[in-house]
Amino acid sequence: MTATLTPVRKRSALTKGQLPKAAPYIVLAVALILGAAILALIGFNAFGWGIVSAILFTAGLVGWSLVVEGVRKAKDKLATCLVVGAFLIALVPLFSVIWTVLVNGLPGLLDPGFLTTSMNGVTGAFDNKTVEEGAPLLGGIYHALMGTLLITVLATLISVPVGLLTAIYLVEYGEDRALARAITFFVDVMTGIPSIVAGLFAAAAFFAVVGPGTKTGAVAAVALSVLMIPVVVRSSEEMLKIVPNELREAAYALGVRKWRTILKVVLPTAISGIASGITLAIARVIGETAPILVTAGFATTINANVFSGWMASLPTFIYTQILNPTSPSNPDPSSERAWGAALVLIILVMLLNLGARLIARIFAPKTGR
Amino acid sequence: MSKRIDVKDLNVYYSKFLAVEGVNINIDAKSVTAFIGPSGCGKSTFLRTLNRMHEVIPGARVEGEVLLDGDNLYGPGVDPVTVRSQIGMVFQRPNPFPTMSIRDNVLAGVKLNNTKISKGEADVLVERSLQGANLWNEVKDRLAKPGSGLSGGQQQRLCIARAIAVEPQVILMDEPCSALDPISTLAIEDLINELKDQYTVVIVTHNMQQAARVSDKTAFFNIAGTGKPGKLIEFGDTPTIFSNPTEKATEDYVSGRFG
Amino acid sequence: MTTTSLTKSRGAGQSGDKVFSAATLAAGCLILVVLFGVALFLVIQALPALVAPGDKIQGGEGFFTYIWPLVIGTLIASVIALVIATPIAIGVALFISHFAPRKLASGLGYVIDLLAAIPSVVYGAWGVAFLAKEISPSYNWLAGNMGWLPIFQGPASATGKTILTAGIVLAVMVLPIITSLTREIFLQTPKLHEEAALALGATRWEMIRMTVLPFGRPGIISAVMLGLGRALGETMAVALVLSSGALTASLIQTGNQTIAAEIALNFPEASGLKVNTLIAAGLVLFVITLGVNMIARGIITRHKEFSGAN
Repeated sequence: MTATLTPVRKRSALTKGQLPKAAPYIVLAVALILGAAILALIGFNAFGWGIVSAILFTAGLVGWSLVVEGVRKAKDKLATCLVVGAFLIALVPLFSVIWTVLVNGLPGLLDPGFLTTSMNGVTGAFDNKTVEEGAPLLGGIYHALMGTLLITVLATLISVPVGLLTAIYLVEYGEDRALARAITFFVDVMTGIPSIVAGLFAAAAFFAVVGPGTKTGAVAAVALSVLMIPVVVRSSEEMLKIVPNELREAAYALGVRKWRTILKVVLPTAISGIASGITLAIARVIGETAPILVTAGFATTINANVFSGWMASLPTFIYTQILNPTSPSNPDPSSERAWGAALVLIILVMLLNLGARLIARIFAPKTGR
Repeated sequence: MSKRIDVKDLNVYYSKFLAVEGVNINIDAKSVTAFIGPSGCGKSTFLRTLNRMHEVIPGARVEGEVLLDGDNLYGPGVDPVTVRSQIGMVFQRPNPFPTMSIRDNVLAGVKLNNTKISKGEADVLVERSLQGANLWNEVKDRLAKPGSGLSGGQQQRLCIARAIAVEPQVILMDEPCSALDPISTLAIEDLINELKDQYTVVIVTHNMQQAARVSDKTAFFNIAGTGKPGKLIEFGDTPTIFSNPTEKATEDYVSGRFG
Repeated sequence: MTTTSLTKSRGAGQSGDKVFSAATLAAGCLILVVLFGVALFLVIQALPALVAPGDKIQGGEGFFTYIWPLVIGTLIASVIALVIATPIAIGVALFISHFAPRKLASGLGYVIDLLAAIPSVVYGAWGVAFLAKEISPSYNWLAGNMGWLPIFQGPASATGKTILTAGIVLAVMVLPIITSLTREIFLQTPKLHEEAALALGATRWEMIRMTVLPFGRPGIISAVMLGLGRALGETMAVALVLSSGALTASLIQTGNQTIAAEIALNFPEASGLKVNTLIAAGLVLFVITLGVNMIARGIITRHKEFSGAN
């Protein structure tokens, strides 16, 4: 018989003076129960329960650590609790906003004709009927959806060529010239222009050139371009910069001209990043309200001509329906429409964000064998 | 289809800094010439002036003449793009275009210049170039796959195929094996031996055994100290440079006493 | 000079080079022209309001008397937003860069970025329909228990549509901006410094205090400044949430107004000199945000030169 030597299980010197692994879970359970008990005394609500439990958990864990592990470890635990707490607090508004929009927006969105009718001819009288007699909700966001799409497409058509060509100038031709540095600096400045100032600029420019009171979809598109161009420049610049110089040199060494090298080698290599940056830029401006408010006004009817007449858009539709309900005595139908529009807008923005990620993945240069 | 290169009194500057001074060298057609020397001696810089690739670096300029069969590369009215289509280059690290398939990489020089080419002609050119780069058998079944999926050595041979598809007179190689393993290096060296039947080959290398193995003639560059310009010290038949050099500095370098 | 094999033209490529580089140059210059245009057109359209006799301007006492309560209101709302958002944003950035498990970190970063993707008008709607209602009881509590402080002087607004609510909504909006910038800075902390601290037996928090925070301080400051720039110019959240009025010290009563919201609320129906007045207000806002952003950028550039992190 051979006796195998098994080391005697004892607490290692390295784990002395440490909280057991399960300590956070134990403290959490205690904190949750205590928190529920305290809240039960003063009136229960989930939000308060979360806050009270979090405070109890932090106090409990840090206190226990202070006794067993000493000041340094306790401070570390406190910092960890605060940092995690900060993250959880940041999540609260995100979920609250999405939840509020979903709950309030779904009924509006599910109304028949919500996406396919405009607000043309929908007056307060109809809304009063809806509330008082239960008549179906009339009116929808078709005109606003159309306006948003037209204005955004026009803004994209202006911003992408200007932004992309500028990025190409900065990366491929600018070297370290004073002009390139000036452009970089002013693109930074443009990034910081408040959106309402961009709107005022477009309005002021068109007032001065075309005539006072000019408000059309095109003016709004110009305003959005002022916001969009710097975003496109910055993201495209970043993407062009990470194209390895070796590829440019390889093309030059084959006797390819610079402009063809840029068009056929550099741009295709960076295209996934550029396209995803442009999509994010669109997502950013599609929800802009203030610049459209001061440049395109608001309309209740379908206007497919960006060059004449006021134009509705989703954000301004939400804004006016909340601030100036169609029927001042019964604002509920208007608020239902506003939330429905908000839900549509959020879905659009999320789709664009998701699209940006997909584009980045699908068009990325393939390396498979 | 290969031409000789004669360099007369060439100086290379980076802005005001003189990087390479007073180079005179005559490179024969259909031969392999190796440039050796310590790091920073200007041999890669000089190599780039042979097809005007140094112009990609801001501030770089040259004085003197580089004659391709008697035509000055730096003469008035000469377009660097034309120069580069006659004098191809292979770089230190393999750099196939990541967005293109193997086939498109070979055709890159033709297609990027928008030259019309029929599918039949293209097929012939792809096969001939890949054969010429000893790569055809390894990739003929996956020409549509991306070039970046190949191994490092295969990628480098793909880059050589890409360079010879343009049908240049001269091929410049800037340390083409420094990023490769010994077996891939051997494949490239064999290829260089075959290439000299058709092309003038100039190769920069840090590896003296490699220079001894592949080249007919060897040029030794050296630098007197930091901040001083690099100079061509000695140029001659490879066996002479390695066994019986005239200059003391060359002998010190090839015998491993410094550098 | 005789024609050599090297001077033979190879197609129209050369003119392509010229056209293309000229196009990129033109696009770059267009941006400069546009920015110059922003300043020029704003000034042109603002001038009538600046030179008009005082009794023609809204309020009847000239442009300066009209604008300064708005400037103060704008600053109050932005300061509230930053006081709330900065500590949370730094906490979130630290969580993502140094506390969260590696695999989760980028996903969590994306979740926080979603906060930035939500349009401002939706935040405004959320602020007025949800937050203002939920928060107004606590305003009563503040007025009752801390009313001796001028900023919490009662009676609290019954609707909750106060500058404090607007400030909280603004805080939510600038949080992702400050977070993503500080997160980038924290991730740039040299690994060597961090490992040196850990090798000395520092706890994670001590390591962060010794290396990450000192390294990131200029970055944090400029991120907060950029957040301030955003908060100053944010329109919709305030326009929808705040029930505006005259300048008051109490944050929980109705009152106060910001420049951006003032413009948004009045511009669509404005005419005549009122338009010029609002554009002049926009010009003031532009100058303020420009100053703030320049300072922030200045800190970033100076930091870049010294840290060698790039």
